[in-house]
Amino acid sequence: MISDKTFKIDGRKIPFQDGDTIMDAALRAGEYIPHLCHNPEFKPNGSCRVCVIETNGRHVSACNQPAIENMEVDNSSDAIMNLRRSLLQMLFVEGNHVCPACEKSGACQLQAVAYYTRMLSPHFTHFFPRRDVDATHPEIAIDFNRCILCKLCVRASRDVDKKNVFLISGRGIDSRLVINSPSGKLGDSDVAVTDKAVAVCPVGAILPKHKGYEKPIGERMYDNKPISIVGDVAAKFSSKIYSKDVNTK
Amino acid sequence: MNDAVTSEKLKVATAALCGCFGCHMSLLDIDERILQLVELVEFDRTPITDIKEVGPCDVGLIEGAVANNENVEVLREFRKNCKILVAVGACAVNGGVPSMRNHYELEECLEEVYLDGVGLDNALIPDDPEIPMLLDKVHPIHEVVKIDYFLPGCPPSADTIWTFLTELLEGKPISFPYSLIHYD
Repeated sequence: MISDKTFKIDGRKIPFQDGDTIMDAALRAGEYIPHLCHNPEFKPNGSCRVCVIETNGRHVSACNQPAIENMEVDNSSDAIMNLRRSLLQMLFVEGNHVCPACEKSGACQLQAVAYYTRMLSPHFTHFFPRRDVDATHPEIAIDFNRCILCKLCVRASRDVDKKNVFLISGRGIDSRLVINSPSGKLGDSDVAVTDKAVAVCPVGAILPKHKGYEKPIGERMYDNKPISIVGDVAAKFSSKIYSKDVNTK
Repeated sequence: MNDAVTSEKLKVATAALCGCFGCHMSLLDIDERILQLVELVEFDRTPITDIKEVGPCDVGLIEGAVANNENVEVLREFRKNCKILVAVGACAVNGGVPSMRNHYELEECLEEVYLDGVGLDNALIPDDPEIPMLLDKVHPIHEVVKIDYFLPGCPPSADTIWTFLTELLEGKPISFPYSLIHYD
């Protein structure tokens, strides 16, 4: 379908098709909008809010806001970056994200988006919640301390793997990821290390066992170039998708 | 806060709270630039000078998290005396590896180490009054006093510390290239 409709992100014209969200059109045009719970292979979830943009005086999440002809989107002002940084700081203090002790460090999307927004500190008071690590599965470990409730594993397990292994239980601050198995343990579920649900985790919560720290510091995914250039952890199209890098020296 | 700093050189103090001293090692890792640095700054209390009490300073660099009552006291003394107080490294910034003990009760930690550990003779939990009392939880330093700047990293690289100090000295807004900011 060919369309000549456009809208603007930071003054740049972005073509879009009917039914596109702001995020869909931006991704296609190579315009990076920071995001954690969004993965273009899945329907938008809108839970992390990190893709917040401003349009027409309102703050909306780009992943589930339909693109409208001639709309003007602020994707990079200090005000928007500050909002995103605050959201990330809340995600950091709500869990236990000890980067020096995490195998995902250097290739973690939470970390990479935080670098992109120039987050230097968590700012808020830490919750230090007590969450478990489930290592009952022979090939996969899950560390709930690092879960950011993006629901990517929930969506992948339901829609791609057709297994419904992961679910979100509880509401509000009590929301947590649970395993759909008789014992509630991963080892007792149908999950396999080759499942999409394992591959899509943007943080170090779901990790394949028997490997780790495979790439030395300096050679990891986000060590030298920002996520706006490198792309998402679990992206089907991994590199060179984003052409513009607005926030690095 | 104290503005009774008279020296023309910037006065810098440093302290290591609950950490591994890696951030201080990283400071020393600026190598021969340390000769340039001592031209520009004068060190007050720091493990490098072995001065024990902190006096009025321009900049205080704090490594490590807050894990015991002595850490709280040192941190408060630094806040009182330093115009600019900086959290250096993951432990100071967010609790880091020491904060992983927050997953357990303090009692469990002490019992595991001093009572149930392998090969212990006369197992007992140390209780000498000279030993600082452990806090029930480990805290990043911004949860105890106001912090003016944060240098993340485990440790922040020598270049990160160098860039911070030199840009601060030149009165520039501090900005880092992408590769100098990391959380590990």
